[in-house]
Amino acid sequence: MTGERKQTLRRELEAIVGRGAVLSDPEELLVYESDGLTLFRALADFVVFPRSTEHVAAIVKLADREKLPFVARGAGTGLSGGCLPSEGGLVISLMRMNRILEIDYDNQLAVVEPGLVNLHLSWAVGPRGYYYAPDPSSQQACTIGGNIANNSGGPHTLKYGVTANHVLGLEVVLPDGEVAWLGGRTRDPNGYDLAGVFVGSEGTFGIATKIVVRILKKPQAVQTVLAVFDEVTHASDAVSAVIARGLVPAAMEMIDQLTIQAVEDAFGCGYPRDAAAALLIEVDGLAAGMASQLERIVAACRECGARDVRAAKDEAERQLLWKGRKSAFGSYGRVSPAYMVMDGVIPRTRLPYVLDRVNAIVRTHGLRVGNVFHAGDGNLHPNILYDPRIPGEEARVLAAGAEIMKVCAEVGGSISGEHGIGLEKADFMPFIFSEADLELMRRLKEAFNPGGLCNPGKIFPTKKSCVEVGPVAYRPHAIEEKGLAQRF
Amino acid sequence: MPPHATEHATLGPPARALELHGLSVEGVNQCVHCGLCLAYCPTFSELGTEMDSPRGRILLIKSLAEGRIALTDSTVEHLSLCLDCRACETVCPAGVPYGRLIEAAKAEIEHQRPGSLVRRAFRWVNFGLLLSRPRLLSLMAASLRVYQISGFRRLVRGSGLLKLLPGALAAWEALLPDMPPASARAPLPPVMPAEGERRARVALLTGCIQQVVFGADNRATAAVLVKNGYEVVVPQDQGCCGALNAHGGDHARALTLARQTIDAFEGARADAVVVNTSGCGAHMKGYAYLLKDDPAYASRAARFVKSVRDVSEYLAREPLRGPLRPVPMTVTYHDPCHVVHGQKIRTEPRRLLAQIPGLRVVDLAESDWCCGSAGIYNLTQPEMAGRLLERKTRHVLATGAEAVVTANPGCILQIAQGLRARGSSVRVLHIVEVLNRAYGG
Ligand SMILES: Cc1cc2nc3c(=O)[nH]c(=O)nc-3n(C[C@H](O)[C@H](O)[C@H](O)COP(=O)(O)OP(=O)(O)OC[C@H]3O[C@@H](n4cnc5c(N)ncnc54)[C@H](O)[C@@H]3O)c2cc1C
Ligand code: SF4
Ligand code: SF4
Repeated sequence: MTGERKQTLRRELEAIVGRGAVLSDPEELLVYESDGLTLFRALADFVVFPRSTEHVAAIVKLADREKLPFVARGAGTGLSGGCLPSEGGLVISLMRMNRILEIDYDNQLAVVEPGLVNLHLSWAVGPRGYYYAPDPSSQQACTIGGNIANNSGGPHTLKYGVTANHVLGLEVVLPDGEVAWLGGRTRDPNGYDLAGVFVGSEGTFGIATKIVVRILKKPQAVQTVLAVFDEVTHASDAVSAVIARGLVPAAMEMIDQLTIQAVEDAFGCGYPRDAAAALLIEVDGLAAGMASQLERIVAACRECGARDVRAAKDEAERQLLWKGRKSAFGSYGRVSPAYMVMDGVIPRTRLPYVLDRVNAIVRTHGLRVGNVFHAGDGNLHPNILYDPRIPGEEARVLAAGAEIMKVCAEVGGSISGEHGIGLEKADFMPFIFSEADLELMRRLKEAFNPGGLCNPGKIFPTKKSCVEVGPVAYRPHAIEEKGLAQRF
Repeated sequence: MPPHATEHATLGPPARALELHGLSVEGVNQCVHCGLCLAYCPTFSELGTEMDSPRGRILLIKSLAEGRIALTDSTVEHLSLCLDCRACETVCPAGVPYGRLIEAAKAEIEHQRPGSLVRRAFRWVNFGLLLSRPRLLSLMAASLRVYQISGFRRLVRGSGLLKLLPGALAAWEALLPDMPPASARAPLPPVMPAEGERRARVALLTGCIQQVVFGADNRATAAVLVKNGYEVVVPQDQGCCGALNAHGGDHARALTLARQTIDAFEGARADAVVVNTSGCGAHMKGYAYLLKDDPAYASRAARFVKSVRDVSEYLAREPLRGPLRPVPMTVTYHDPCHVVHGQKIRTEPRRLLAQIPGLRVVDLAESDWCCGSAGIYNLTQPEMAGRLLERKTRHVLATGAEAVVTANPGCILQIAQGLRARGSSVRVLHIVEVLNRAYGG
């Protein structure tokens, strides 16, 4: 972009949002070069901070007129490069639109702006006995806008469902700058469920500016069990054994030894360092019958070979166990300068097989892996640890990642449980979708985003040949070839 | 050492060590960019801009050290806006040693861009002259007291003259507490014997500014320690610990002052060095790292660090010795950053307050958020400091407490000024003052 054009655009953007709400200095753009997945980076030309729907609409209209690609950004905790800008484009940060506009306890809903931090909603309604159920492990930082874009899940997805199950309606700025309402304030909207279509569209259908979400009454009772295993396969067996007994835990998380050690270094949460794996199992609901549910879980774990099974004795211990689980990704900083997390989904019964394969694949590439994941859903998170300073290591990470995705697809699973496709998995889409499937999705995208300026380069594979992404051979990612991102 | 660190070393060639102004910033490599710290950073929370977040600043520091970016105006601005409150360290699962990184960055800034004239003059007066010369400081205090009680202050404040002062100096003027009379500023006796059965011998850091402005707090600290069976010694040759220098980027003088402090306290032969100012305590606990490359001092510093204790931390090891008189009051507790984040002391002060009969302690929202004082931050960044102070006073007033108890003079000045500006009569007290009242002091 020429200096002159940049000046003009900057002035125009400032006319919309005011001074102090447009960034264009190289050092300032630098910190917006990636999200939580640092493997991919790209620099925008501007970062803009709207404060209202009108601001967003005016910015998008300007982008549409000037043919500038644009992308919404929440907290930037995404793990698939979803909010990375395209060259010459705009990042529209929603962090200054973070108000709670309305809380309607009688109808159990809240209307919020997209930049609101997920956990802050639960804090706000907590004193009245309510909470917002979707709880990604990043909930202390990520935004509700980012959550709806990625249809985020969390440990409690097992019982309460993903974000889509908790969104009633949305005000969105469409990619041409028009403002529309999708869905509303009730659970069963008339006509097409367009709110449902928007949720999970990863910022490619427009920008959400108001979100109507459900808030739930806190369960009467909660019990959390930590089951400790000396063999990973025993832990995997226990996951299936619990479900086979007809129990529906609110959450069932697995955490392996490497991760336990990192987490214990971080906060000393009470996971035994010498365990091969641990399961964190939570049941909630009515107080009546809680004790017997707990007993059956303990029995199932013991039968599968658990070395130790105990319930958190109080709320403080329970919170600490969860703090450990939710800090797991960040704790990898203690054992490695970087990691790439995979997000495969597999049938629960294939857990032992797939975990073995994952470990073998990563080992073959001379790398290490930490596993911490939503075991009850079969939503794996192998975290491949690497050092970006070592030449060639990033390429090996990508190759190992592709192989793992293949394994997930082969056992009848999928390549993303909750982190979105973004840039990272765009080329893996053909692993699970036929060309006809993808074509249908493209047509849906074009209905919302005909100009293609809204978050381009994401979700869809850029070349047909990507089906051939070899398990071992590394080749530059499609987005690198397009110059959308650089590898360092 | 993390369990896999050794394994790591075998994986490939070590990259070039990252440094700024000769200080290691290798810690940047621990940041995995997860963003879990974002919403806990006061400046990010106010501005929503990632350059003003821990993760953004770490990336800036890393990029500076790698030579990817230069120390431009905007980089300086974003790094200077950091409060050094270290809230990010408390939440960071990766254990990024953020405090060290920002201190190195500030040293580099001071080296490359010694700052504007006003700031330089201010720094010189503060760091160079006053802090290293306690007697000059008390002379200044005496003249300030004249200024304050003579009615001259009212005149100056009313005259609009202050508007002519550069923003930072005007803010400083507003912050100034009433200077205590000479009797309260007088030095403490060198030794105060323990009452009752003697538990240990402790040396008290009386601080450079502390003794002058908050002499009463030092007296209260000594009195409470004495009541609890501690013999208190006050090394007479102690000076400034160097915390303000280190936080302000003046690394060289920070080293000198650290050595002098160790010299002064080693002679006291005490079981512990007790500190009642958060920034000093946190900084002194970091001497081992600061002096690790100084052969004459490295091992002495390591030993010294083990003896440094915040006053709440030290007292809370044992139940308070009775008898305790009731202090019938409702208070709330504000966590000073360098106590709660810098020294990880959270439960101790609350445990102490809970032992005082008649005292009701109510929770303060965001009690561990910076009040904007942050050393000299309120002078160098008055706007952001003002926003954070506003946030703090709003929360304080919402509690309905009669007083805010805290554990650091900087916070006391700042919060008291914020409350005064809102016309509130809520008082701000050092925890030792409240404890001393329970002993009839
Ligand atoms: C430590 C850690 C743990 C995590 N745990 C989980 C987990 O348990 N479950 C899970 O699902 N994810 C998890 N994630 C991934 C991530 O936190 C989620 O994807 C989250 O929803 C992203 O929110 P964000 O605000 O950071 O969005 P960003 O990363 O800023 O953006 C994500 C996507 O949303 C789009 N977007 C943002 N705002 C809007 C808007 N207003 N309108 C339209 N599109 C928008 C962006 O364009 C982008 O495509 C984790 C991440 C980390 C770092
Ligand atoms: S929490 Fe720690 S590792 Fe995560 S982004 Fe912040 S500083 Fe980096
Ligand atoms: S020290 Fe405080 S202000 Fe600075 S980055 Fe950390 S949390 Fe933010």
